[in-house]
Formats: sequence, C-alpha cells, structure tokens
Amino acid sequence: MIRRWFWLGSAWPAVASVLMALALAALVMVITGSDPLAAYGALFQGAFLRPGTATRPTAFFETLVSATPYLILALGISIGFAAGLFNIGAEGQLYMGALASVSVGFLVKGLPWFVHLPLAIAAGVLAGVIWAGIAGWLKATRDAPEVVTTIMLNYIAYAVVNYMVNGPLRHTGTAPRTPDIEPSAVLPTLLPPPERLHWGLILAIACAVGYYLLMNRSALGLQIRLVGENRHAARYAGINVNGTYLIAMVLSGALCGLAGAVEVLALYRYLPTEFTVGYGFDSIAVALLGQGNPIGIALAALLFGAMANGSGFMQFSAGVSNYIIAVVQAFIIVFVAAPGIARDVLVNWWARRIRRKPAAQGGEA
Amino acid sequence: MSEPVLHMRNITKRFPGVVANDHICFDLNKGEIHALLGENGAGKTTLMNIFYGLYQPDEGEIWLNGRRVTIHSPRDAIALGIGMVHQHFTLVPTLSVTENVILGAETGQLGILDTRSPRARVAAIAQEYGLEVDPDALVRTLPVGVQQRVEIIKALYRNAQVLILDEPTAVLTPLEVERLFATLRALVQRGVSIIFISHKLKEVMAIADRITVLRQGRVVGSTTPAEADEAKLASMMVGRPVMLQVEKAPAQPGEVVLSVHNLKVMSDRRAVAVDGVSFEVRAGEIIGIAGVEGNGQSELVEAITGLRPPVHGEVLLCGRPLPHALPRAAIEAGMSHVPEDRHKYGMVAQQPLFVNLVLSTFHKPPFARRGLLSLRTMREHARRLIREFDVRTPNEQVRIASLSGGNQQKAVVAREFSRPMRLLVAAQPTRGVDVGSIEFIHKRIVQARDQGAAVLLVSAELDEVMSLSDRILVMFKGKIVGERDGRSADRAEIGLLMMGKAEEAST
Repeated sequence: MIRRWFWLGSAWPAVASVLMALALAALVMVITGSDPLAAYGALFQGAFLRPGTATRPTAFFETLVSATPYLILALGISIGFAAGLFNIGAEGQLYMGALASVSVGFLVKGLPWFVHLPLAIAAGVLAGVIWAGIAGWLKATRDAPEVVTTIMLNYIAYAVVNYMVNGPLRHTGTAPRTPDIEPSAVLPTLLPPPERLHWGLILAIACAVGYYLLMNRSALGLQIRLVGENRHAARYAGINVNGTYLIAMVLSGALCGLAGAVEVLALYRYLPTEFTVGYGFDSIAVALLGQGNPIGIALAALLFGAMANGSGFMQFSAGVSNYIIAVVQAFIIVFVAAPGIARDVLVNWWARRIRRKPAAQGGEA
Repeated sequence: MSEPVLHMRNITKRFPGVVANDHICFDLNKGEIHALLGENGAGKTTLMNIFYGLYQPDEGEIWLNGRRVTIHSPRDAIALGIGMVHQHFTLVPTLSVTENVILGAETGQLGILDTRSPRARVAAIAQEYGLEVDPDALVRTLPVGVQQRVEIIKALYRNAQVLILDEPTAVLTPLEVERLFATLRALVQRGVSIIFISHKLKEVMAIADRITVLRQGRVVGSTTPAEADEAKLASMMVGRPVMLQVEKAPAQPGEVVLSVHNLKVMSDRRAVAVDGVSFEVRAGEIIGIAGVEGNGQSELVEAITGLRPPVHGEVLLCGRPLPHALPRAAIEAGMSHVPEDRHKYGMVAQQPLFVNLVLSTFHKPPFARRGLLSLRTMREHARRLIREFDVRTPNEQVRIASLSGGNQQKAVVAREFSRPMRLLVAAQPTRGVDVGSIEFIHKRIVQARDQGAAVLLVSAELDEVMSLSDRILVMFKGKIVGERDGRSADRAEIGLLMMGKAEEAST
C-alpha cells in the first residue's frame, strides 16, 4: 500500500476523469457554437505560455499562485479523508484563518518581521484548528456527523467575517474591508513586481512533503489510516478512535487555516468581505482527484490553478465564456466521485479490444 | 445409477500465475447429491463458476442431459435449468420474499408487475419442498437460515434441475444445518440433482451420495461416504495424514488469571445479552464456552476484551480490575484476542500483511521510535511470523485481503500469539478456515496453554469445544447453565444443555 501510492498506474482513473471531463465540455462548446480547440488552446496559453510584461505577471507563475491555496487546502482535506472524515468545512476554516491572520497583521504593531510574520501565520493556523476542532470534538464526544457540522460552521464563519469586516475591524474607507496589514506581517514575493509569486508556494510544497512523511512514515499517519479504513479493527487493536478523529480534524483544520493565512498575508494584505469564494469547495475536488497521494494532489492543484488562471485569457481570445471552466470542474467531480463510470467506459472498452484478437482465432465451440 | 445429468470433461482454467482447474472431470447423476470437497483455493468455486457461466473454460467440454453446451453467462445457465446458491446471498433486504424471487424474472402486462400469480407459485414451491417461508415477509427480517431457503426457492422458481450450493452451511447454526439437509433430501427425491461444495468433512459425510475431492486444481479422487471416513477424506484434501483429534496432556492449572464477576452486558438492541455471568480461568487450562450462537457469547467476549462496556460486574486480569471499554488496557495487561469476526475486527483488509501483523503494537518500539515507523523492522517481524505460523503468502507486502480465509486467520493468530500472553481469548478461532489450518491453530492453542497461558475458547462448533477444553461451560440465553469436565463430558448431554434443557441433562 505504502509503496503502491507512487505507482503511476494507479493514477489512471484520475487522468481518465480529467480527459473525459475535457471531452464532454468540448461537446458542450460544439453544441453552443464555440470552437473547443481554440478555447483549450487559449486556456493552455493563458495558463502556462503567456509571457509577462512590465505590468502583467508571467502566466505560469500566476498559475502557481492560484494553485498554492488549492494545494494546501486539498492536503488538509486529504488528511480528513484518510481518517474517513469528510471535511466540507475547509472554506470556513480558510475564512477564520484569514480573519485571524489579518487581525494579527494590522492590530499588532512594532514587531520585527521574523516575529510578526510567524505570529500572523500561527494565528491563522490556530483559527483553522479551533474551527475544525469544534467539528472534531462534536464528532468524537457526541458522534455528530462532521459533514453536517462543518457545513454549518461554514455559514457561521461567513457571518463572523462579514460582521468583523463591516463592523469592529472595518477601516475608514468606503469599501467594507479591514485596514492593510503591517509590512512586517507580509508574506514576501519570490520575484520582483509585477510577479506575484510568493513564499506561500514554498510553504505549500513543504506541507506536501510533511503530508507524505505523516501519512507514510509516521505512527500517527498509520493510526489515522487504520481508523479510516476499518474503525472496528482499529478499536480492537487498542487505538483511540475518537481521539484519532479529533487529531485528524485538527490537522485538517490547521492546513485550511494556513491556506487562509497565506492568501491574505501574501496577496491581499487586508481582508475583504468575500475574497476566495469557493476555494474550500473546489479543493474537495482537488483532493478527490489527488487520491491521497501528495504528488497527485499537487498535480491536481496545478490543474485547477491553471484552469482558474487561464480562463480569463480563454474568454478574451477565444470568446468562450469562462463558465465553461465550471462545467469542466463539475464533470471532473462527477467522474472522480463515480470512478465506476471511468472504469466501465474506458477500461472495459479497451480490454475488450485486446481480448477480441485471441478470441477470434480460437473461435467458439 | 441412471445416466449423468451433467458431465464436465477435462475442464481447464488458467489464471495469471496459477492453474485453477487442471483437466477436471466431474459428473452428476439425476437425483443425487454429489459433494465437491477441497480446501480453500482448491478450485471448487472456479469449477462451479465455469458451470454457471461466470467464467469461460480455457479447455474442456460441458455436457448437459447428453448434449454439449456452451454457457456464456448465468442467464444461459438459468435457461439450461442450472441454479446456484452463493455463499454470500444475493437478496435485496428491503424487498419481500416474493419480490426477491421474481427479481430478474418478472412477469406482467403493460409494464404493470404481476405479483399475485408469482406469490402463489412461491407458496406452492415452499409447500412442495418443505421450504417453510412466508412469501410476504421482508427479507431483512428473516434469519439467515430462512434467507437461504429463499435463495433455493429462487432457483426452483426458475425451474432449476441442477442446484449448486457453495459452502451452504458456513453461515448456519447446527439446527439450521439439520433443516437444510432435510430440504436437500426432499429436493433429490423430487428429481433435482445437487452439487454440494464444502470443506467440512462431517457435513459431506452426512449428506453426500458421492464425494469428489479436489486439491490444487486437480481431482484427487472420488469416493462415497460408505467407503471413506473423515480421516481418509482429510488426508485426500490436504495431501498428507491429518490429526483430526487434538493430542494434549492433562491440564496443570495454576493461579487464577481471568476472573469474571457477575457480569451483565447489553446487546446492540439493548436487550440483556449476558445475565450475571461469573467464572474463572486459570493459567494452564482451556475453558471452553459451548452454546448455540446468539446466546450472549459474543457480548461476553466483547466485554472481557474491552470492546463493549458491561452495565454491571467486573473483569479481573491477574487480580486487577480491567477498565471498561478500553481495549488497549486489556492488551497491555497481557490479553490476546482472536476475534470471532475476522473481517470486522481482526484485520484491516486494504493494508498489507505486515501492517496487519503489528496492528496493536505499531506505535511502540521496535516498530516506531519517536513517532516514526520503521517499515524495515515491521517487515522483518512479518517475515518471521509468516515462517513460524506457516502463513501462505507470496510475500509480506500483499494486502491481507488477497489471502485465503485460512491464511488470514493464521495471520491473526500469529499477531495475537506474538505478544507476551497471559490470557488468550479465542472466539470462533477456526471459522471459515480449511482443515490444514484448523489443525495448526488447534495445536497452537494447546501449546499456548502448555506454556502457561490461560485460554478462554468460545466456539459454536461443539466438536471444537469438546476436543480442546479442559472444562466446558454451556451458555444459554445469557447465563451459564452447566459446567462439565472436558474429558468426561458427554456430547449429547452438552447438546441438551445448549438447547436450555438443563433438567433433562442434569444427573
């Protein structure tokens, strides 16, 4: 199992899902009178190839910027999956993380960056931990389904952020938003402007490495997976199943909170009311597509980042509405959530073709 | 005998790396019960899946009623009058008996389902063959034995003349087995021919007219219950002489290891499952708990091992009370537990064998240091246990789900025996396990006793309890209704106690 994760062959259902989603979305474009080849060409160009100018950042680096939160969130969601938990609250944990980080970022003043920045990040992580921890605690002690509690906590998080940004934390300008964070709390960029590529990418890659070590090399990771795969056997073997649920939820929330911290400390540098609507939900699809494998999750995050970043250019140059990206993502979710479809359509068809040859020679009795 | 209904000639089926069936010849006469006997993995189920159209043979011919046939699918098989009752039932629990029977063979007009005439036919079939069942009952409300009757009715409804039963007794209680055998006898009297797949010697001896033994994909030989005995069949199956009787020296009981005081435990349905049970198990002795399944044995074991909190009473291990519902405390105190439900509790199916062999110890040295796993130590440990406990596996890295039932169970036993052991709780330790593995596991249990462990054995197989136990407790409706010495116990008397007839048994 541990080794099999890195066997490329196990990635084919995810690859097939993406290809089938792209093909079906192309069909939608043909029906609606657009040219899918031109659209996908422009999408690819806008996501990877377009060079930067004095005012416009390089396309590929912007794709990495978009992929960064997807990667961190999807890793967090994947830890939940490993324990058999469906953390739909990534969005809420992201919001609370962003709120906490920005608050520390502008309320605390006069600290050197090497204290202030880690403190702001830690605040975001802690907020995610608390927000997910509530759901984990309810699951562990009251057997409350985490699917329900995390969804409800999302709404509470939206409301809390809305209230804080419109009320106590509102800056003096016209738009409802917080003041800018202190320069000492900014997560710096890696390249000079106009590039926006920032240290969050490095943090995200470090998280992926940490995820790999946790899941494949640590006793805690094995404990989480045993609980996820067979909680009865885990309990029989002496594992504290409820405690493991809480730990997995807390780790999941920590990463989601970190994603929120990174987004606001690196890119916005203040907190608007609605800043990333849907990242926490799209990342569930990224996690499903990545199948628990850190490299797979990273590639899936890159794909979603590319689609998010390239869709603007696609709309501009090929005249295809960027809503088609939502169609592609929806199809991906359908195929990943129902892997049987991909298996039946592709593998059986392929296998039948291979099998037909010897059968034709042998004949039937 | 009349001419064969079925004649399978030189059937060969190869899977990657293994010949599952190697030129197998098998025939079936009209109105006979022909048993197909063999260990798990001997090729019995493959052969029958070929006959039922689930696999295509690579070589060989199938002749049915004197005609050569090619069976492409179960649909073809059904059309040819072949019915199969699988080991795991294929019923829809939320539908009624009649609805389940007609599923896939619905009749009706203009898309409106006709249930009245099928209902009458189901009732008629049930009556004719003595398959007592209510056509309107929901399947999920029926006991396993009755669900099996529904499966048989399903086959008869489709006019099956040849009936294949794959390990039909695996899920039944002794009483239900009796009922099933009566049904099978009624069926053959009415001209149905039956193929009875099993690895249980006693049952095959009791029900079969003829017995064909398979080993490693080949026919070892055919015989009849009159010519053979259990020992001969066992050695044909395994390929070497097998000790069916466990040899053991008299017990030398030492100090009390487990003592259970007035234990009261509720079932999942919140009924009293264990009702004030007290007993002791000493070092160096095997206490066997006999009883028909569902009389509180499972709940008793779960309470002792910490999987289920008792509502009243105490469990003491070496004089110290065990905290309720904390399996790790029991493990740390030296308890080993072979669980009755291997798939639910005993293993994590998708994990490799070497992980399953350290399920309760992976978090401690030498398998983990400072929170990091040592996969190499785990694998070395696994290789040692695989050798010592004769687990048949390509290597230690395969998923445990890919092993046969007997080898999975040997892996569970290996894991539990690999820890320092003061008390062994073995619940149904040989369920779904082949003869060779049963012999091995029994030997190991006696060996554990001789090395000074206290052993609590719970089994629905009365023979197992009788042959292993130094003392036998009989459980009925949550209470211990009798205690007998293991050497002098009388099988019939224990049987009466198991049915709650203490007054008839007591002398």
